[in-house]
Amino acid sequence: MNILEFTLLVWIGSVIAGLLGSLTGLGGGVVLVPLLTIFFKVDIRYAIGASLVSVIATSSGAAAAYVKEGFSNIRIGMFLEIATTMGALLGAFLATKVPTSAMAIIFGVMLLYSAFLARKPRARPPANEVPDPLATRLRLNGSFPTPEGIRRYNVRNVPTGFSLMFGAGTLSGLLGIGSGAVKVVAMDQAMKIPFKVSSTTSNFMIGVTAAASAGVYLNRGYIDPGLSMPVMLGVLAGSVLGTRILMKADTKLLRLVFSVVILLLGLEMIYKGLAGRI
Amino acid sequence: MPVQKQWTDQKIENIVGNLLRAGVLLSAVVVVFGGVLYLIQYGHAPADYRIFRGEPTDLKSLTGIVRDAFGLHSRGIIQLGSLLLIATPVARVAFSIFGFAEEKDRMYVAFTIIVLLILLYSLIGSASGV
Repeated sequence: MNILEFTLLVWIGSVIAGLLGSLTGLGGGVVLVPLLTIFFKVDIRYAIGASLVSVIATSSGAAAAYVKEGFSNIRIGMFLEIATTMGALLGAFLATKVPTSAMAIIFGVMLLYSAFLARKPRARPPANEVPDPLATRLRLNGSFPTPEGIRRYNVRNVPTGFSLMFGAGTLSGLLGIGSGAVKVVAMDQAMKIPFKVSSTTSNFMIGVTAAASAGVYLNRGYIDPGLSMPVMLGVLAGSVLGTRILMKADTKLLRLVFSVVILLLGLEMIYKGLAGRI
Repeated sequence: MPVQKQWTDQKIENIVGNLLRAGVLLSAVVVVFGGVLYLIQYGHAPADYRIFRGEPTDLKSLTGIVRDAFGLHSRGIIQLGSLLLIATPVARVAFSIFGFAEEKDRMYVAFTIIVLLILLYSLIGSASGV
């Protein structure tokens, strides 16, 4: 395969990854690394570097649209970014030490978990909790517009949420994914933040988290321009397309199909990792 | 909640939204330009990413990337595009410091400075292997 063919095929694969990622809300990063390593035989470190760059592109692109709608909470985002960026730095340093076969196994487990989350119905956080003193002190409580008027919410369990975010950041730095799934779980389940706010705030945070590890990757020579070019442009095109058609698509069936794909890719990554072929 | 604060929040979020959009657009344009050049120059060479070699020194450091890009080396131009993309969220964080300062929110000015320092350390400090 020459570079021209390789670039074109990787671009097409990335468009599909970006499209599915944005339609299902799971992000393109989770399928991108397995796609590159399993089908294109790319070394996992190059794959993670390229994936990180594309994660920043989609997060920033989507956040540009979300911030204007008034759902995301910039204080929650900034406060938790202290945890995610520190975690991301740790993850990026770990990535330079951990053998690639172990990275493939961790990645596979993460995929299985994402597939499980995609199938699990979302628990609705209660409408009005008693204010948590720490959250009040940190000015995390907020409000967002709904058709019935402004809805206020109170944030809970700040220390747990903060620790989970550190873990999400580490995973993001180690595996080159946005780990939006973990971020949303931390905010929904632990901190009881309404889904609209948690999903948009998570998107807002993903770019900053990925930037924290991307710097380390760049300095360590893991970001190859020949690979990141088609990946970034493809994922970006796919996710822009995805947000355009989101309203018309049947996302329920799509989520089912996508979670099966993620499950299979996860098993394949674990197998390859165990067999030492990555 | 005072009206003043709400209004500033809205204003800041609009600027942040535009900043992010501009950053992504600019870097995509740079990457496309470098990419076309790259395919013209190397399109027929074999593609091989099986073995990890790491990038050459000039594609790993900020000054090296800028020098390469302005020397119109295609790989350097693409790398500059990636660098601009990585810089977009960093710029967003840097801008938020002014936003919080305008609201006289000292605690969040401090939080934002911490995040910015971590990001700058990753981009610049981690190069020296500290």
